Amino acid sequence: MIFLNYFISGISLGSIYAIIALGYTMVYGIAKMLNFAHGDVIMVGAYVCFYAVARYNFNPFLGVLLAMIVCTFLGIIVERLAYKPLRQAPSLAVLITAIGVSYFLQNSALLLWSSNPKVFPSIIGRGAFKLFDGELSVSHITALTIIACLVIMVVLTLFISKTRLGKAMRACSEDKGAAQLMGINVNATISLTFAIGSGLAAIAGALLCSAYPTLMPTTGALPGIKAFTAAVFGGIGSIPGAFLGGLMLGVIEIFAKAYISSQLSDAVVFAVLIIVLLVKPAGLLGRLTQEKV
Amino acid sequence: MTKKILTCTILVLAMASCAFGAAFKIGGTGPLTGGAAIYGTAAMRGAQIAVDEINAMNTGITFELRYEDDTHDAEKAVNAYNALKDWGMQVSLGSVTSKPCEATAAENFADRIFALTPSASSAAVTDGKDNVFQMCFVDPNQGSASAQYIADKKFAKKVAVIWKNDDVYSKGIRDTFVEKAPSLGLEVVSETTFADGNDNDFSVQLTDAQKNGAELVFLPMYYQPASLILAQAQAMGYAPKWFGVDGMDGILTMEGFDKSLAEGVMLLTPFNADAKDEKTVKFVAEYQKRFNEVPNQFAADGYDCVYAYCQALTQAKATPDMSAEDLCGKMIEQFTTMTFNGVTGENVKWAKNGEVTKDPKGMVIKDGAYVGLD
Amino acid sequence: MTMRRLINLKRVEARRIYLTYFIVIIAYVICQTMSSTRILSSTMRGMLVPICAYMVMSISLNLVVGISGELSLGHAGFMSVGAFSGVAAAILMQSVIPFAPVRLALAMIIAAIFAAIAGFLIGIPVLRLKGDYLAIVTLAFGEIIKSILNNFYMGMDSGGIQFSMLSDTTRLLPGGKLIIRGPMGISGIQKIATFPAGFILVMISLMIVFNLVNSRSGRAFMAIRDDRIAAESIGLDITKYKMMAFVLSAAMAGAAGALFAMNYSTIVANKFDFNTSILILVFVVLGGQGNMLGGIIAAAALTILPEKLRQFSDYRMLLYAVILIVTMLGTNNQDIRNFFAKLNPFRHKEPEEEEAA
Repeated sequence: MIFLNYFISGISLGSIYAIIALGYTMVYGIAKMLNFAHGDVIMVGAYVCFYAVARYNFNPFLGVLLAMIVCTFLGIIVERLAYKPLRQAPSLAVLITAIGVSYFLQNSALLLWSSNPKVFPSIIGRGAFKLFDGELSVSHITALTIIACLVIMVVLTLFISKTRLGKAMRACSEDKGAAQLMGINVNATISLTFAIGSGLAAIAGALLCSAYPTLMPTTGALPGIKAFTAAVFGGIGSIPGAFLGGLMLGVIEIFAKAYISSQLSDAVVFAVLIIVLLVKPAGLLGRLTQEKV
Repeated sequence: MTKKILTCTILVLAMASCAFGAAFKIGGTGPLTGGAAIYGTAAMRGAQIAVDEINAMNTGITFELRYEDDTHDAEKAVNAYNALKDWGMQVSLGSVTSKPCEATAAENFADRIFALTPSASSAAVTDGKDNVFQMCFVDPNQGSASAQYIADKKFAKKVAVIWKNDDVYSKGIRDTFVEKAPSLGLEVVSETTFADGNDNDFSVQLTDAQKNGAELVFLPMYYQPASLILAQAQAMGYAPKWFGVDGMDGILTMEGFDKSLAEGVMLLTPFNADAKDEKTVKFVAEYQKRFNEVPNQFAADGYDCVYAYCQALTQAKATPDMSAEDLCGKMIEQFTTMTFNGVTGENVKWAKNGEVTKDPKGMVIKDGAYVGLD
Repeated sequence: MTMRRLINLKRVEARRIYLTYFIVIIAYVICQTMSSTRILSSTMRGMLVPICAYMVMSISLNLVVGISGELSLGHAGFMSVGAFSGVAAAILMQSVIPFAPVRLALAMIIAAIFAAIAGFLIGIPVLRLKGDYLAIVTLAFGEIIKSILNNFYMGMDSGGIQFSMLSDTTRLLPGGKLIIRGPMGISGIQKIATFPAGFILVMISLMIVFNLVNSRSGRAFMAIRDDRIAAESIGLDITKYKMMAFVLSAAMAGAAGALFAMNYSTIVANKFDFNTSILILVFVVLGGQGNMLGGIIAAAALTILPEKLRQFSDYRMLLYAVILIVTMLGTNNQDIRNFFAKLNPFRHKEPEEEEAA
């Protein structure tokens, strides 16, 4: 039973990684850039939600909605100002710019909202479902996180495979030049991807801080790196891959802590990642692109 | 807010230099940005309040305070220290956090600039340096004092320890606690850790403590992860006794924190913002007025440091035109002989090696406020 | 050997190499004079050694990123291995070799060897991967090194050197001394790193890299970077050359780590985290990939910049971020570059630029 409890903790943590990883993977798939500022967009989303709910007594879901709107705009603005001018530049230059944006967001948050940790109000209370005579407990927030993750994953997959905009996104990720020739507005599509990724980041922020209720300007940074790892784990660019990678990373992390060593759990997580990449060099569900000679 | 502080500082500096002539240049480094910014900012603000109060008191001693950002990093701390040295620092407040302070303390020792750190608590800070002193308890003492306290009060026989594996402070306390516990009849049944980057989910650590039957969980850590542990323990229905150290102070002032979670948490802390003595009331009121939040232990340590300096400089009849090296000798003499009363303790004394002796107060949180345990 | 090789080079490249050496030497002489005559502020004097260490890190990563064409996000890990092994070696040698410069040199060599071994071991799996996947695996190794060092204990007593993992179970005999103490790192380090030593290390690193780049191996590196398949088809052993660059780069990073660590009285594994790896990458990218001089100037500039921004107190790191973003935009966006080029009345076509592009 303890095993099952650990497993559920792992799935819960993993679901959050998965939602963050979805943002990473979408942006990578289309813009071919590692958006290291993604974790900090999560933090901004969480702060907006915090102020809406705790200070101005919004309904929690309205708070999340507001956070999504703010983050969507933030995502678009950042893309326009910092990434779009570098569309033709080498990918490393964009990577460094993304890191600059990350520093910028963190330090702005520090000035705006101070370094004092805030305790995030849970969006749905702190209760738990008790199963098997209370042997197994699943907190409401865990259940919500897992459901939210599943819903986002299904909606996103449908969006990408069924809608016109989704098709445009896929076309851009395959070949930008050809997409442009087919009459797809590549710039608008990339902006849309950033908008969706950042909107998801707001949800991830609200869920992350509801499950682990503490909020600081650096809150997003480390989960961001973990989620990036998860995205690569599953095969970067692949949406089901991000989902699977996130869940597995969460479960491995909890199991490593429980059954190997809480001191070395990070080392174990990264060692598993390395082994997976050696066996499947493009991640679990990633596609190896054939090189053209 | 920040602008206000800035203007405030500038105003005070201007006043200090015009109205009173020369002032003692006192400088410190601490994390003012980054993940540990809360500690540095608090210590800086506490020290600033003390400086303003002393300058307004007309005691003959005036200070000019400058704090530099070290982002909780030894390399940046040395840079910040050098910037202060270029500015002409005469006496130093060391660094706020332990590892950076180890680095700056070595510089203090080499340059013969006296240092009194508000909150760098590792033993290596003062080790082998005759001119570096601490305002807070040294970590090993906290560990053994906590074990002693738990055993004396018979709170539990089986204890669990959760500590932060990449943190000097946490590790220092944990080491002596675990070392001392068996001799006092305490059994450490579960010992688990966390680190930066996996400090969100504590289900494994708590389950381990629960299944091994720990009656009390010892938390040698700062209050931010502790607040997560308390919330997650409640969610899983685990309710042991909790025992924290001075880093736990501040948990009640976190915005949005559900104080009922901390009900019954015990901690050893030198400072208590709810204390009713005149000094504490005055300090807390001023801090709240300026910064709109309740001061934590770091702020109180910063505040006390400046007052301790004021007392030592007065007794030594020091004047601001003395060199840092002359002041260093005088300060060593004063600090090893004087007794100081501040907001973080009465009858505070220092040993030759720079360690402080003051009585830790056992506190318990009742109805969202600290109450003395004794 | 060096001379003949350089003579055979194309003039442009040779000029660039001599210019690099010249600038480094001039900068050293100026700084050393200003430092010994105390014109230089304490802040600047305190940064001389770390700047040298970061310059070597920049050269080292440039070998991997700029010349060999692989992205490494875990370079601080090698610096960490070097820092810990070098400092531990220096402490162990303290009584045997009292003369500090020799001890420092030996410690840096030992650090380089340990880091090279780590580089080799990591290189075996890593170099089978490509692009962003290689990047994430180096990030993973960086984190693993940090995690292991945070749990590593080493001490010495009359019975020799003792190790343990997870917790201190070395059970040292009386009189023994615990040197590496897990998360508490190493304390009480003797500060024996000096600016001249840093300068020498920078010069050695430059010589190694320039000689390598202009050798048969170096041309192989660049052939692999520019077109892997074509390089493979003419029979170049890709893994061998990549490994060579990686191990050499790790060794230099290790020496830099030892130099850096011995400039402070204390060192912890957390110092060498992902952020430090990224910082080094920023040096390389800002200075221009493959451009050694650019990389070392960027290393110096980005180390000094946050200190010069201290007057802006709270807004310091915000400004740093803005400067970083604006610089990246300014140096990489064609429109902005053209705009600045138009402003420059003395503009002329630079043959070197053309060639590089």
